[in-house]
Formats: sequence, C-alpha cells, structure tokens
Amino acid sequence: MSNSRKLFLGLSVVSALCVGPAIAGDGHPAGYFGYGRAPTDAEIAGWSIAVRPDGQGLPPGKGSVAEGAEIYSDQCAACHGTFGEGEGRYPKLAGGQLTGDRPEPTVGSYWPFATTLFDYINRAMPFPAPHQLTADQVYAMVAYILNLNNIVDNNFVADRDSVPKVKMPHRDAFLWRDPRPDTAAKECMTNCVDPGSIRIESTAEGKSLTPRTTGPLDEMKPE
Amino acid sequence: MKANKSGSEQKQKSESIGRRGFLALGSALAGSAMMGGKAAAADSYPPKDPDWSLMLGPGVVDRPYGQPSQFVKGVIRRNVPWLTATQESSVSFTPLQDQPGIITANGLFFERYHGGRATVDPAQHRLMIHGMLERPLLLTMDDIRRFPSVSRIHFIECPANGGMEWRAAQLNSLQFTHGMVSCAEWTGVKLSTLLDEVGLKKDAKWALVEGADAAHMDRSLPIEKCLDDVLVVYGQNGEALRPEQGFPLRLIVPGWQGNVNIKWLRRIQIGDQPWFTREETSKYTELMKDGTVRGFTWLIYAKSVITFPCPEKPLKGAGIYEIRGFAWSGKGKVTHVDVSTDGGVNWERAKLQDPVLPKALTRFTHEWRWDGKPTLLQSRCVDETGFVQPTISELRAVRGVNGIYNNNAIQTWQVKPDGSVYDVQLA
Ligand code: HEC
Repeated sequence: MSNSRKLFLGLSVVSALCVGPAIAGDGHPAGYFGYGRAPTDAEIAGWSIAVRPDGQGLPPGKGSVAEGAEIYSDQCAACHGTFGEGEGRYPKLAGGQLTGDRPEPTVGSYWPFATTLFDYINRAMPFPAPHQLTADQVYAMVAYILNLNNIVDNNFVADRDSVPKVKMPHRDAFLWRDPRPDTAAKECMTNCVDPGSIRIESTAEGKSLTPRTTGPLDEMKPE
Repeated sequence: MKANKSGSEQKQKSESIGRRGFLALGSALAGSAMMGGKAAAADSYPPKDPDWSLMLGPGVVDRPYGQPSQFVKGVIRRNVPWLTATQESSVSFTPLQDQPGIITANGLFFERYHGGRATVDPAQHRLMIHGMLERPLLLTMDDIRRFPSVSRIHFIECPANGGMEWRAAQLNSLQFTHGMVSCAEWTGVKLSTLLDEVGLKKDAKWALVEGADAAHMDRSLPIEKCLDDVLVVYGQNGEALRPEQGFPLRLIVPGWQGNVNIKWLRRIQIGDQPWFTREETSKYTELMKDGTVRGFTWLIYAKSVITFPCPEKPLKGAGIYEIRGFAWSGKGKVTHVDVSTDGGVNWERAKLQDPVLPKALTRFTHEWRWDGKPTLLQSRCVDETGFVQPTISELRAVRGVNGIYNNNAIQTWQVKPDGSVYDVQLA
C-alpha cells in the first residue's frame, strides 16, 4: 500500500538496503505521460454532483415541504406511494421499524445522513428519467421525504445550510469499520461433529421459490 | 449462363444431405429429450458414421462472431423474477453448474444494474479525474489505452450472493444460491498509474468513483486500496469489455464487493473524507441483531461451493465421481479446500487445480466413491491468511439474519438415494 509520497520515502530506504517489497505505483512524477488535457472549470462543475455529509457539493437553491408534496405526487408517488409506503416491490421511503422479525430499513428508520438524500435523488431519480430535476426541485423532495418521516416539521426549507444539520434518527448505530473476521472456525478434519446430532434445519425442497434453470427464462410472477 | 454440371450436382447432393442431416438432428434432439437417445443411436452411434461426418459443415465466417453450440442453449444467465421491482435495477446469475474452468464466459458473467445497461459511445466517453490533486485530467478512451497496461485474473462477487439464504435454505439451485460470482481476465491501466499522473495532494484520503449509467452509480474508496491493486479496465477475456460489464471502461477493485467495481466509469474525485453515498449507507451495509449497522465491509471473505454435484447436476447411480467446485477469497490466494461427504463429521483435502491466483476463482476436485446412500456434501475454503470458511450457524450466531450481505457460509448439498440433490441447511 504505497502511494507516490510514501513511495518517494520508501525508495531511498529500498536503495539503502537493496531489499524491499514490490512497488505498487510506478512512481512517475505527475504529468509524466502527458496524455489527455485539463478539464475546464465548467466541465468539472457540470459533472461534480457528489454531496458529502458536511454539505460539500450541495448547490445553491432551496425547496419547501409544500413544494415537495406537489412534485412528489406528480413524479414519485406512482412507485413510492402517496405517503412513501412503496407500491408493490418499490422501495418504501417512510416509516418502517428496524426491530422485530422483518425489519424495514427506510430513509426515516435507517439512513444515517440527510445529505445522501439530495445526492441520490439528484443523480438517480425519478427512476425512469434520472438527473433531470432542478436543484430547487431536489431540495423540495428532500424536505418532503424528511417531513413524511417526521424528521423535520411542515415549515422546513431544505437548502445547502439546513440539510447537513439534520440529524437522522439511526445515525449513531452505524459503525464505519469492518469488525471481521467475526468467526473463528477451526480446521477440524476428523470426528468434527457427533453424527447423531446432524439435523437438517431447513430445505429448499418443495418451496416454490426457485425459477427453472433449464430451457427458456422463467417468467414466474412476483408474489 | 452455362452451368457447371459437376458443380451443381455436387451442390444438390450436399443440399439433400443437408436436409437429411437436419431431420436426423431433429430426431436426435427428440431422442435425447426422451432419455437414452435411442432414436439417435440407430442413426449415429458406432459402427455407423453420424450424419455430421457425412456432410460439410458451414464455412468460415458463417458466424463472424462465434456462438455456443445449439446444444447448450439452456446455459444462460437467469434471474429471479419475484426478487426485484424492475429489470433495470436487478440481477442475473451465472450458471456456475456449467462453468468448467475458472474463467466465466463473457456472455454468462452475472449482471447487476441499478439503472439498466448503459449504451455508451466510446468515442464520446470521458474519464475525469479531479479534486485534491495537482493536475486535473480529462481522458479519452484513446488516452487511457496509451498508458502502461496490465492484465489480471480476478473474480467479482456481489456481496448479496447467498443473501436469500440468510434465514433458511430457499432456492434449490446452485445458479441462484451462488451465481452472483464470476471471474475474468481484465486488461487496463493500474489506477495508481493514473493517480501518479495527476499527482495526489498530501491530504488525499478517499476517491469517489462514479459511473455514466442512469444510476450515476457512485462509491467512496480509501486511497490506500486505490494505490494498491485497483485497475481501470477496457479488456475482458480477449475482447473489449462487454456492455453488461461497463463498456467501454470499468473499475476492478480486486477482492472487494462487486458494487464498488464501478461500471461505465466516468469520474474519479479525490477528497479527504468519504461521501457516504446511498450505496454505502442505505444499501451494502449490514443491520446486526443488536441494531448496530456495519458499514464499509468491502472485503469478500473466503468462500467455496461444490458445483458438481448440485441441484442442477444430480448423480446417476452409485460409483466413482469427481466432486468439483470453486473457492475464492478477497484476501489473496486459496491455500486449500476440504471436502466432507458425511455432513461435516470428517473432512478430506481436495486437489487445487492450476492456476491458483490471488483474488480469483480457484478450482478444486475430489475423487469420491458414492455408495448410493443418502448423504450431505460440503466444501470448506481456507485462504492464505489462515481464515477458515464458517458454517451458516456460526455466522447467524454473531450477525443474526437481517444482514443480507456477506454470507460466505459453507454450502450443504443433500444427496438422496435416487441421486437428486437439494439445498439444505444444518442446525
Ligand atoms: C418508476 C418507478 C419510480 C419512480 C417514478 C421513482 N422512483 Fe425512486 N426508486 C425506484 C426504484 C426501483 C428504486 C431502487 C433503485 C435501486 O435500488 O437501484 C428507487 C429508490 C429510491 C430511493 C432510495 C430508497 C432507499 O431506501 O434506498 C429514494 C429516496 C427515491 N427512490 C426517491 C424518489 C423520488 C424523490 C422520486 C420522484 C422524484 C422517485 N424516487 C421516483 C423507482 C422509482
């Protein structure tokens, strides 16, 4: 895991010791190949749509809950339901419990950052015609969906200052690191389990969930 | 016009054999469908010459782009229609039961889209690299192909592979329990070469990688991984990247969950913090039984599965069989695979078949004499870090059943006396 900076330091160590690990990068200075060209500021601005939790990337503009309600019923409700309950298998956007047998992660019950809502709606929704809403419209959608989830009140106006300040209910439950390996199976080779204790707990046999795997594609309808 | 007599006679003859051949083929097909292929046997088995040995086959460029034999038409990617709301944000599965070696055929490589398969004109495709760096760059495909190139064989696995099996054995099929993993040879430029070229600034810690598809799919990657072994590729198994795999350009992040291997790659933004995009918050995170959520669990841990026998490929009577399968680990090489033919009581070391490559599918085989009695087959992978593939109960004990992702459990196949095979889970 070297980068050009570490590599630069690393190289002198390598040459001093005449041994060392394989070098990951080639260590060429910036601009060595000289291919391509610098993008213009306008080109960069046009494609820079990513938004961070601290608000970096949020454009100017604003939108209210009331404005959001209108756009939502026009452009989103057909799939996501009037109150965000989700039609058919389309994602539910509001409500949902994380406890119980069938947890339902939604924007309200699960999402850690409100800024992600702006980023995602702007880049990917409405699903059939993505990235065509104005910044004001996207802000209005953010306000409306947060309001559907009772995270902001009816007077909330979403803009580049207000959205990063919204604290999402489940945020502190997220651990942004990988605790694995979290299993420690041993490589037993003989008499690893008591043969008498082996019991089939579940089987796919007889469940009518598996599409066929020969002949033409299965058209099996959603349940 | 004066017909060349012998020429036209020759033509007639081969046409009539052609028709006969066609009819014979039809009956051969019907025969084999009826089991045993008796009708075909009368025509084509020794000592007789089969029809295809008595006529010319089509000539060169009959198919300028080759196709699989008509007799393997059923070997295709398949989907689970009840799984997703739309086909454009969905997944199809590789028929691992019919994959003989470690390389997945380009037409069978599993698909995962969030906004459908983008149709990208390579002449208009651009890769923009900007953010915390010295020299922002806009590259054409020609520019990208001029950089020093490398080829590597790596698997890609969707971390939701096996996700439908967290609560119970549900799908009676290898294709659907494990088919969200495929493996190919990728050719392109190392991301570290491109990052050297733009000159990272001191505080550069994360890269946002983004696609040109309708989902504008985006993920955050730590810069250490980007500088380690990540590739920006345009070649796949001897040809241009397939559209399903992100033509003309995609990211390969060896050993990490499929979703970060951004397809139709068009932008890399360098920053000092992650972006926490929808695909790394709402999705590709794991809800544990205590209510906590694991994020940034990118690595694919050691996993293996027996591909023969399996529900799609049952046994045909007692006798000697070669058990076959694949093993893989996102942490490096597979060091060995053990096979149990008695439900995990005793294990035997399987043979690994060359090549054994880091972060690639690895093939294992194991000779087994089946006595015709019911039994339970399992395989267990150990990788070069010494990590041992766990059972589903071990995984459930720490994670519960709500996680969807990162199910690398040992697969159990139940063999019945008639040779049929079922997906089961043991207590
Ligand atoms: C044609 C159906 C359709 C329409 C119309 C639509 N969406 Fe979606 N939406 C989807 C699908 C499908 C997904 C899941 C996509 C995926 O996972 O790749 C989704 C996902 C989402 C999500 C993420 C849900 C989650 O929990 O991760 C949000 C937020 C969202 N849509 C908002 C909107 C908004 C706002 C609009 C209107 C401007 C809209 N959608 C219009 C189909 C639709």
